[in-house]
Amino acid sequence: MKIILGLILFGIIIIIQSTIVSSMPLLNGTADLIMLIVIAWALQDRVDTAWQWCLMGGLFASLYSALPFGVYIAGYLICVGITRLLKKRVWKAPFLAMLAATFIGTLVVLLISFIARLLSGVSMDYLSVINLILLPSLLLNLILAIPVFSIMHDLSSWLYPLELEV
Amino acid sequence: MKIPNSSHFTQIFVFVLLALGIVGLALGGYLTPVSRVVINPIVSAQTWLAKRYQAVQSLITQPDDVTTLQQKNAALEAENSRLQTQIIELQQQVTEAQLLSTLVDYERKHVENQYTAASVISRDVSPFMHYVIINKGSDDGLRKGMPVITDQGLVGSIAAVTAGAARVQLINDPGSSINVILEKSGVEAVLNGQITGEIQLDMIRQDASIQAGDLVMTSGLGGNYPANIVIGQVVTVKSEASELFQTASIQPAVDFSQLEIILIITNFQPVDISPLIPSSTVP
Repeated sequence: MKIILGLILFGIIIIIQSTIVSSMPLLNGTADLIMLIVIAWALQDRVDTAWQWCLMGGLFASLYSALPFGVYIAGYLICVGITRLLKKRVWKAPFLAMLAATFIGTLVVLLISFIARLLSGVSMDYLSVINLILLPSLLLNLILAIPVFSIMHDLSSWLYPLELEV
Repeated sequence: MKIPNSSHFTQIFVFVLLALGIVGLALGGYLTPVSRVVINPIVSAQTWLAKRYQAVQSLITQPDDVTTLQQKNAALEAENSRLQTQIIELQQQVTEAQLLSTLVDYERKHVENQYTAASVISRDVSPFMHYVIINKGSDDGLRKGMPVITDQGLVGSIAAVTAGAARVQLINDPGSSINVILEKSGVEAVLNGQITGEIQLDMIRQDASIQAGDLVMTSGLGGNYPANIVIGQVVTVKSEASELFQTASIQPAVDFSQLEIILIITNFQPVDISPLIPSSTVP
C-alpha cells in the first residue's frame, strides 16, 4: 500500500518537477521536489519505507534526466543516510533537522551531478556553478522545505496512525 | 292594475334630468375640479394600500425568489467560467495555429528537407543539463542524432529516443559542440554551450576579422548537422594577443526558455566519424 502510494506520488511529482518546476529557474538553479519529499519522508517517525521511497524517487528522477543513470539514486541514498543520522541527533526539532538535511542534501546531489558531468568530459566554470546553480537551488529548496515537511508529516500521520493502548 | 303616483314620475323625471345634466357637465369638462377633489384622496389612499400590499406580498414570496436568484446566479457563474475556459483554450489554439503556420511556411521555403513537428513536453530535472523532452519518438520515425530546429534557427539534436518520446540536447548545453561558419567572413569556428545557458564561439583564428552582428550558421563539417542553419548573431568578440584563438559570445536566434513546438529534420542522417578519430591505444 505504502509502496504503491509512493509510486503514484512520485509519478505525479516528477511530472510537476519536469514540466513546471524546471521551467521556473532562479538564475540557473531549480528546486528539487523529489529530494525534498525523500528527506521529509525519512524524517517522519514510524515511517519504515524511507529507503524504498528513496529508490523510487531516484528511479523516476533518473528517467527524466540525461545525467548518467544512477546519479540521482546515489544522491538520494546519501541524502536519506544523512537524514537518518540527523534525525537521531536533533530528534526534538524536526523542522531544524529538515532544514539541515535539505541544505546538506542539496549540496550532495548537486556535487554528484557536477562530478558526473565532469567525468563525461564537460568542462564547467566552478564559480558559475556555485553562483548560478548551487546557491539559487539551495535557496529554493530551503524555501520549499518547511511546506513539504508539513505535507509529508500529515501523510505519514494518515499512513502510520498512532496505536493507542486501551 | 295599479296606476303610478304622479309624484313618483316627477322624482324619476328630476333624477333623469339631473343625470343628464351631470353627464352634460362632465362631457363639457365643468366637473374636472370637482372630480380632482374627490379622486385625489382616493388615488392617494389606493397608492398607500397598494404599496403596503406589495411589500407584504414580496415579504411572503421573497424566499422563493432568493433561491431562484441564487440558482440562476450559480448557473450564470458556471456558464461564465465555462466561457472563460473556452476563451483561454481558443487563445492557446490561436497561438499554436500561428506557430504551426510559421513552421509550415518554413517547411515550404526549405523543401530540400523532410520535417516532423513535435511539442516540447518537459525539461530535464537537473539544472546541469540543458535538455528537453518531446512527444514524438521512434514510432514517428525519429532517430538519435536528427537535427532539431524552429523557424528561427537551430535548437539542438536528438540525444535519446523511446517509442513515444525523445530527448533533445539543446545547443546551449555545456556538452554541445557544433562546427559553424560566419556568413559574412566565411570564418570557421566551434560553437560550445555554457553552464549559464549561453552559447560561445571558440577556436576562431586570431587573424580572422569578425564583428558584432555577424550571422552564425552551421557549416556541416563533422556530419552532425546540415549546413546553413541559422544559429544566432555575434554579440561581443574577445581577442587577446596571448591566446591562440579568439572567442565570441553569441545571441541565439531561438529563445530556449519559450520552446513549444519544434521541427525535426527526418531525412538527415548524422555521420558517425568517431571510428576515424585516431585513438592513443591503437598501435
